[in-house]
Amino acid sequence: MAVFTGQQPDLREAAGWRRTKNRIATALMVVAFVLVVIPLVFVLITVVARGIKIISWQFLTAPIPPQVVPAGIGGIGPAIVGTIEIVGIAAVMAVPLGVLGAIYLNEYGGKGVLGRLIGFMADVMTGVPSIVMGLFIFSIWVLHFGFSGFAGALALGCLMLPVVIRSTDEMLKLVPNPLREGSYALGATKSRVTMTVVLPAAIGGIVSGALLAIARAVGETAPLLFTILTVTTVNRNVFSGPNTSLPSQIFANAISPYTGAQDRAWGAALTLIVIAFVLMIVARIVTARFTRYSR
Amino acid sequence: MEQPEQDIATGLQPLEPAAEPQAPPTPEPQAYSEPGSPVFDAEKVSCYYGSFRAVTDVSLSIYEHEITAFIGPSGCGKTTVLRTLNRMNDLVAGARVEGEVRYRGASLYSKDVSPIAVRRNIGMVFQKPNPFPKSIYDNVAYGPRINGERNRGKLDEIVEHSLRQAALWDEVKNRLKASGLSLSGGQAQRLCIARTLAVEPDVVLMDEPCSALDPIATSAIEDLMRDIKSRYTIVIVTHNMQQATRVSDRTAFFSVLRNEESDTRTGVLVEYGRTQQIFEDPKDSRTEAYVTGQVG
Amino acid sequence: MTQQAGPAIPAGPTRPLSQRRPLGDRTFQVIALAAGLLVLVILVLIAISTTQQAAPWFKAEGWGIFGKTWNPASNQFGALAFIYGTAITSAIAVIMAVPVSVGIALLLTEVVPYRWARPIVYVIDLLAVVPSVVWGLWGILVFAPWIAKIYSSIASAVTGIPVLGALFGPPTSGASFFTAGVILAFMITPIVTSLSREVIATVPVIDKEGAYALGATRLEMIQGAVWPHSKGGIVGAVLLGLGRAMGETIAAALVIGSSATITSHLFAPGDSMPAVIANQFGEASGVFRAALMGLGVLLFAFTIIINVIARAIVGRSAEQGSA
Repeated sequence: MAVFTGQQPDLREAAGWRRTKNRIATALMVVAFVLVVIPLVFVLITVVARGIKIISWQFLTAPIPPQVVPAGIGGIGPAIVGTIEIVGIAAVMAVPLGVLGAIYLNEYGGKGVLGRLIGFMADVMTGVPSIVMGLFIFSIWVLHFGFSGFAGALALGCLMLPVVIRSTDEMLKLVPNPLREGSYALGATKSRVTMTVVLPAAIGGIVSGALLAIARAVGETAPLLFTILTVTTVNRNVFSGPNTSLPSQIFANAISPYTGAQDRAWGAALTLIVIAFVLMIVARIVTARFTRYSR
Repeated sequence: MEQPEQDIATGLQPLEPAAEPQAPPTPEPQAYSEPGSPVFDAEKVSCYYGSFRAVTDVSLSIYEHEITAFIGPSGCGKTTVLRTLNRMNDLVAGARVEGEVRYRGASLYSKDVSPIAVRRNIGMVFQKPNPFPKSIYDNVAYGPRINGERNRGKLDEIVEHSLRQAALWDEVKNRLKASGLSLSGGQAQRLCIARTLAVEPDVVLMDEPCSALDPIATSAIEDLMRDIKSRYTIVIVTHNMQQATRVSDRTAFFSVLRNEESDTRTGVLVEYGRTQQIFEDPKDSRTEAYVTGQVG
Repeated sequence: MTQQAGPAIPAGPTRPLSQRRPLGDRTFQVIALAAGLLVLVILVLIAISTTQQAAPWFKAEGWGIFGKTWNPASNQFGALAFIYGTAITSAIAVIMAVPVSVGIALLLTEVVPYRWARPIVYVIDLLAVVPSVVWGLWGILVFAPWIAKIYSSIASAVTGIPVLGALFGPPTSGASFFTAGVILAFMITPIVTSLSREVIATVPVIDKEGAYALGATRLEMIQGAVWPHSKGGIVGAVLLGLGRAMGETIAAALVIGSSATITSHLFAPGDSMPAVIANQFGEASGVFRAALMGLGVLLFAFTIIINVIARAIVGRSAEQGSA
């Protein structure tokens, strides 16, 4: 039987002050999280509580009444139509261009000077304030062609482009190189390799990234302020004439003194949040189900 | 015949019995008809990655319808030499080849040779099986499709024929729609071989194809190699000497040459000959040391 | 030579080796390059077009663009109040958000077991998905009235005390610098958290294990192994948060109080660059509009500079960390 000489080793936790400091630090971290959860929960509860009172099929489809009209009459139909139109066109422009840009960065020029500059500037571009995009499109488009949903779509597209480039780039990087080599070895050109092997392998992540970019665009107000010139009527012609959108209506109603308008704002806010959440959840599902590259 | 698409100049032309003798501007491969004639001629080939000289002055010939094995310790450049035969090293930034590599008389690295066309003649199987995340059918049909084949019936034929050659047909014929990723290691590697054979290459290069597989799967692949040898020319890199003795007709032994003064290493071809001679009667002492297991 | 059943191939080579690179392949590369260049083109166009539109203001005011008085009625367009407001609200947002965000990032990377990390990340993502206009709506209709009462109690408590009185004394208003700062803090937390996480994740595991192996507590490990490696990157993350806070328009526009004053009283109403643009652009014309456009130019310039510095720091930090 072994005999231990000398003092028995002390294997208890770090003593006294060190342990306490550690515990405090951990507690502070948890507090930090709680500090963030509280307002989030508060906002969501408020939006749901105040919004659900007014939501109804009629609310979602009826035309927008003047602000003074009390809740229960009218709705925000045109705003939903506008949001779908404008964000839809923005996505159709920004997503393919963003994917192509990411393809350039990842498969072609990424390591060279130009490639690194473009990649760096794409990151920087994600930080451009959305209102600046609105002013930009105002300067080069609206002043020449007037207000329209399309102008708003251009502004949203500019906001979405760098986000799509970055998220697509991350996804393309994840496609293992042996897949590319297998395709090259069969005599495929670089464009073929990219389109028939790399993109299909990354498509889950690319779609999910695009959905998240769209979720962000749906909630943007500032770029639309000076491009669509918020009105209250439906405008099915996206290319000419002012338009409206959910966030624009919320903004207009938030500063209104009339409770009817404010109630409609809550209803619109709830609708907006639901749309954004649904997009986010679909994005997660797509990621989970469609990303598998190798055995 | 089907109409090839705009974006790939397929050049899938029926073979002319007597290709014109090579004129320097457009090197076309000649059709040799005698068995045992060289498919590849490498003359003093050196490969560089940037300024690093990976392989120095390799000269050898690969012969038709034979299996040639490249053996040697790690880092001796055997994979590098293999990849120069189908211009896969082009994909590595800074890679450069000096010397002459001729494929059936035509220079592989001449200015107007297209690597794409090279790879349609010379296929490659990799060390770790890399099936595409597509169905088994689509994996095998991938090559013919990018060559312009659209006819569904023709594709079905090609897929079945290739999977049979790869000895995989019976195992997967009822689940061609299953994902290529769902196969076991040995099956996946045979799928990759079927995929390579589907484009009807002239040569099949194999880079340690069995090193990620268990012995049973390895044995299946070696049987496969012997079966298809009569239709293709095969070059295999292997670190398994027994495998080289089992399947190959000729063996090339590479090793590392160290330069003490400049503290550089490079790969060199030490000895090349018929497999039996290399293993039973090696001429170079380094070969002997390697094949008798005295050095790694 | 034996021929097997199936597509017959003659012995020998089958295909010519020389082909020109297919047109489609080259076209694809050009298109991809063009898409990439679009980023640079857009950035340059933004700079040029907005500066052009703002030129009348620069000409009219010269260095007076940084003047204290903003009075459209008398054609005075000094932007100092808005620059001040942007600076103050962003500073408040950053001071509040950074400790919280870094705390959460550390929680996620060091403390929480993997299974619990996912739900926490989901919560942060939820926070990020709430549109700014909804923050603003809640801010002005719910939060501001509630916090106005807290402001007045604090204000009456500190009146007369030297520094505190200047900062927190009256006048107070629900819609104020501080309210805007708080809301901005909520909004920038997700991005600072996620970037901090990325930066902390590049700390080599060897260093962390080395600290633990010496018997360090988790806090000591964080101080000794994580912090030295990620300081730089976290500074970058903070700068990015700052950039976001500066450019945030709608939430600020709704809760900042729209009063172009420069005051040390944080609970008083104020204004910021993006807020005033959003609120007043609609009715503006001539030099007024050029002035608002000019504020946009200043905003663009500030955020680009901050983002460039931040990305450079984060990029370099990540490289060093993973060496």
